[in-house]
Amino acid sequence: MHLLLFNIIDQIRSLGWGGAFELLRNGIVLGSLYSLIALGYTMIYGILKLLNFAHGDVYMVGAFLGFGVLTAFGGALNPGIGLVPLIIIMFAVAMLGSGVLGVGIERFAYRPLRNAPRIAPLIAALGVSFFLENSAQLMTNGFQYNYDAFQLGGKNGNFGPLFDPVFTVAGNPVTVVQVLVVGSAVTLMAALIFLVSRTRLGKAMRATAFDQEAASMMGIDTDRVISSTFFIASVLAGAAGVMYGLYIGTTFYFMGFLAGLKAFTAAVVGGIGSIVGAMVAGVLVGLIESYAIGYVGGQWSDIVVFGILILFMIVRPTGLFGAQAIQKV
Amino acid sequence: MAEPQPSPESTQTKPLLELEGVWKSFGGLVVIDNLDLAVNENEIVSVIGPNGAGKTTLFNLITGIYPPDSGAIRLDGESLVGLPPHKIARRGAARTFQTLRLFLNMTVIENVMASQYGQTKVGIARAMLRTPGMRREEREIRARAEEKLAFFGERLMGYRWDQPAYSLSYANRRRLEIARAMATEPRILLLDEPAAGMNPSETHEITELIGKLRDDGGYTILVIEHDMHVVEGISDRVVALDHGVKIAEGTFEAVATNPRVVEAYLGTSAAVTK
Repeated sequence: MHLLLFNIIDQIRSLGWGGAFELLRNGIVLGSLYSLIALGYTMIYGILKLLNFAHGDVYMVGAFLGFGVLTAFGGALNPGIGLVPLIIIMFAVAMLGSGVLGVGIERFAYRPLRNAPRIAPLIAALGVSFFLENSAQLMTNGFQYNYDAFQLGGKNGNFGPLFDPVFTVAGNPVTVVQVLVVGSAVTLMAALIFLVSRTRLGKAMRATAFDQEAASMMGIDTDRVISSTFFIASVLAGAAGVMYGLYIGTTFYFMGFLAGLKAFTAAVVGGIGSIVGAMVAGVLVGLIESYAIGYVGGQWSDIVVFGILILFMIVRPTGLFGAQAIQKV
Repeated sequence: MAEPQPSPESTQTKPLLELEGVWKSFGGLVVIDNLDLAVNENEIVSVIGPNGAGKTTLFNLITGIYPPDSGAIRLDGESLVGLPPHKIARRGAARTFQTLRLFLNMTVIENVMASQYGQTKVGIARAMLRTPGMRREEREIRARAEEKLAFFGERLMGYRWDQPAYSLSYANRRRLEIARAMATEPRILLLDEPAAGMNPSETHEITELIGKLRDDGGYTILVIEHDMHVVEGISDRVVALDHGVKIAEGTFEAVATNPRVVEAYLGTSAAVTK
């Protein structure tokens, strides 16, 4: 134990401020992905009180849809179209495809169980998760695939612009793809907050989340509102999948499991049902993971993240924003 | 055969809400037993009865929480049986709840805006793009919500609009529930114990309000109420239920002095000694 602490302090000292910023940057980028996925958990929990275990796998499908588009256009090395339209199409197809998948999951796996005991849809969610993972395994032959995004837009085998630095802080470059990930995540989250707080669908969602029966008696088509919620949640997960593919690169059929688990951790730490909580805690989990990798060691990072979840649940079972449980969506 | 005489019913206007031979049982327990009920346009009808008489079940049947086992429920001549609750609400039957069920996670005005969902159209894409049509509709929804809230005088005005609903007092929550029901643009308002838990002056106020809803708002009202002063003050007609059976119907005086009603409330010996 002493040795471990000593190693950590030693590591902090040797990495210095530059290293600290590097970990901060990595944590924020990773955390943006967790936030996007965590939002899905929290929205679906908010409206149905259901832990949608299949949500991480929707993210995986999103990553593969993006990869499919990339491959269809000739792969990272020789895409048939320009970099910007390609990335836009990748996002569009992955988001739309994931959204439709989410609606389908709700329609066929959860809606028939709407009035069943709460354990039934939970088991169905696990089933959907296995179904998606195993289907993906069959369809992708169980291999890992790489976006090779560093080659995107490059000529004659040279690296493309995605990993060029946009600016440098303390000797650490912040690359195009990192700005892209954080920028689009922030945009999507801002759009979500606007949607939930200002639009009629947002009001209908909050009403349905609070009291489904009363909402339906006020003329709100709750089935449709629930479908829309699944669509939006899955769109965000699909976007996160493509972002992961562009940033980290490796997509495989099981990638949704751990990412989903961590995003779920974020949703719980943020106070499940709270949208702002999921956003904040997603970044928090990303940062903890990043600093744990840097200072404690990569093999420890998951232990640290989930250890914090356990501690957090003991100290504050309602989560960060759980005191305002009433503000849920 | 004599010439077919027009029956007295056919010369009257058709009732707005009409229940015919409605049955509902839960397991072996018959909760609504062959009930006929008609509410005419612009009328205030009170439903009274002891606990467990089936009053709230009656509302649940009308609003589509569950379908009747048999019988017909018609609003303005069209059947409501089998429709999901949101469609019934859009047809024009809106209710409040005995145990308040406001959207406490939303502000006062948002509660009233949310219940206009069925009357509005702008979809998600246009809402996100903030098209002029969407903004106009948002303004209209808000204006309608303010108009409904204005019905309650100073109670739910101004600074209260943007307060969370959970910050309201109990009586104001009851008022807000009525405003929220009004915002669905109903033909008939179903009020489930609007005076429950209110003090005498608030009760007096709600009595006046229900009259005003009919006179100024033009609503037809079916109300469940336990407070006999309220029932006396508002009702054109009173229907008494006991164990799901209609035991009396008529003016307040007639129903309140009906021996079967007294018996249902106080027991047989009381009815005899009275």
